[in-house]
Amino acid sequence: MAALRVLRSAVKNVSFARNVISSRTLVTGSFLNSSSPAQFCSTAVQRPDGDFKVTMIPGDGVGPELMHVVKEVFKAAEVPVQFDEHHVSEVQNMASDEKLDEVLDSMKLNKVAIKGKIYTPMEYKGELSSYEMKLRKKLDLFANVVHVNSLPGYSTRHNNLDLVIIREQTEGEYSSLEYESAQGVIECLKIITREKSRRIAKFAFDYATKKGRSKVTAVHKANIMKLGDGLFLQCCKEMAELYPNIKYDSVIIDNCCMQLVSNPYQYDVLVMPNLYGNIIDNLAAGLVGGAGVVPGESFSAEYAVFETGARHPFSQAMGRNIANPTAMLLSSANMLRHLNLEFHSNLISEAVRKVIKLGKIRTPDMGGYSTSAEFTAAVIANLQILKTIAR
Amino acid sequence: MIKVPIRWEERTVTAIQTSSGQWIIPPEATESMNANKIGLKGPLKTPIAAGHPSMNLLLRKTFDLYANVRPCVSIEGFKTPYSGVDLVTIRENTEGEYSGIEHVIVDGVVQSIKLITEDASRRIAEFAFEYARNNQRSTVTAVHKANIMCHIWKCSQLCVEQHDVDEKAQEAIPMVQDPSQFDVLVMPNLYGDILSDLCAGLIGGLGVTPSGNIGENGVAIFESVHGTAPDIAGLDLANPTALLLSAVMMLRHIELYGHAKKIEAACFETIKDGKVLTKDLGGNSKCSEFTSEICRRVRDHD
Repeated sequence: MAALRVLRSAVKNVSFARNVISSRTLVTGSFLNSSSPAQFCSTAVQRPDGDFKVTMIPGDGVGPELMHVVKEVFKAAEVPVQFDEHHVSEVQNMASDEKLDEVLDSMKLNKVAIKGKIYTPMEYKGELSSYEMKLRKKLDLFANVVHVNSLPGYSTRHNNLDLVIIREQTEGEYSSLEYESAQGVIECLKIITREKSRRIAKFAFDYATKKGRSKVTAVHKANIMKLGDGLFLQCCKEMAELYPNIKYDSVIIDNCCMQLVSNPYQYDVLVMPNLYGNIIDNLAAGLVGGAGVVPGESFSAEYAVFETGARHPFSQAMGRNIANPTAMLLSSANMLRHLNLEFHSNLISEAVRKVIKLGKIRTPDMGGYSTSAEFTAAVIANLQILKTIAR
Repeated sequence: MIKVPIRWEERTVTAIQTSSGQWIIPPEATESMNANKIGLKGPLKTPIAAGHPSMNLLLRKTFDLYANVRPCVSIEGFKTPYSGVDLVTIRENTEGEYSGIEHVIVDGVVQSIKLITEDASRRIAEFAFEYARNNQRSTVTAVHKANIMCHIWKCSQLCVEQHDVDEKAQEAIPMVQDPSQFDVLVMPNLYGDILSDLCAGLIGGLGVTPSGNIGENGVAIFESVHGTAPDIAGLDLANPTALLLSAVMMLRHIELYGHAKKIEAACFETIKDGKVLTKDLGGNSKCSEFTSEICRRVRDHD
């Protein structure tokens, strides 16, 4: 029985590799020079009229407002992208398996998405797995990458930070396996598998190689969870041996958090299982200015989803025009780079960075008094200037 | 120096194995603890191939030390990028992710079980509120991830019913942006481990952070949580701040408030003054010199 299972997973690994190779042969020359390692796996389908089609999932809280900002900025920058919108929301009762299937069908066609956070309600309504998690699992978005970069002109307690956090997103503590084993006793299962640990470790080392990073650090708690995190650590170590040019070390999660608040510069690329990733993503976002400034992306072998780094619906800001569009705009710029629209990508990210550097227009989370609309207008104004210079 | 009415009973807690193969703390240590109820402990190291569980885990199990309390207060004179920190982390210490229950389902698939019980959750919540009351703190914040792990942390319901409490997930962002907004934090084992170390990092690290473990039968063990630092052992270079502040916590626990205040003030003043500091605090004095300076100030206060 066990042998059959091993054989099955071995076959799956072979077919995974085959898919990668076959999609690579479809790729054009310019694509091979692209920056994202998963790009060779997920190409967007270019329409005959020259526009890229991208799935858009606004989500909850300030998600829809931020998507509106992205659309406005794209219009001003004349970006050849068309959005295919899908509204999925648990709290607004717009979530169902049919809606999820619609999103999946859209993704199968478009391969690339931009999304806000689909809020996960706190109450237990009979379903342990949230829609956000279901989406991740169905699309197999196993790698979440958050690039934590200090923004020039916006100083925080730690400046000139340049950190990459890679988090395994499909197993670990978020397996949605919980049950009440006895009255008043709850068990929550954390699952770690060799296959997924190897996959995320390989992704991390590939990413580091492609981006010219020098060190990968695995974050774990293997001194306590000897088998689970021990397996994760072992997979990272084995993978490290295949990349002799990249330094490898490991750090325990609690020490890592302590080090991040006192000396974050000692880290380069961090790779970790699901829960620690969630915590460290948020921590690192806080170091450079909060959830409003850090972009993030999630990859599978076939799809790429662009979103913010620290995922919060920020419901208290809904409708108040105070959400910071920086993270979503920078993420949309990353998406354009992924689609090989380098010119537009640089245009937008330069415009955003310029607004922040000048420091006059800042949303409340960055210590300013401006509204999202004012920030957006400033970005668009800068866009026009940069476009004229480019011409 | 200050004539604190305490008599020390020193005991070693190196694990010994009983005839049935179980690892336990030496009975003399256990008896002493149960009789005296209060203990002060330095760092313990478990050798890697010792074959027995971590010493700290053994102590926790033996005395049912269910609450780990770490007050984190910014120290004047020891600058970190974070100022105005004044919070207390209270961590459930007996269950959760550290239950140690793991299985290999098939080769390459491991399952770790995180156990949460209503009793333990209720116990830690009640402790947190009592601590807040006894120490004049105003807000207790429960830290959890209940939006993902749904059933867990029923005590937050208990908290909401009884008192004014904030429920927060994703603690990490507000913690590093503005730690001064937090007062008392209560959380399960893993988050507690992570966040209490994070907070220690905000004020300067484990070398200056005190810690106390409260047990079921009135037993309380106060300890420094840093490592054993074998490389500087015996060289009179260690920084005694963490252990000293833990001892101050201990004095407060046994209601010797006056003495506690004097020693704490002397310690903080020495650091603020900046003239006699150990190496990790930025000076180059010896441990004994640092200690004498604190003693001198304590005497001056009298």
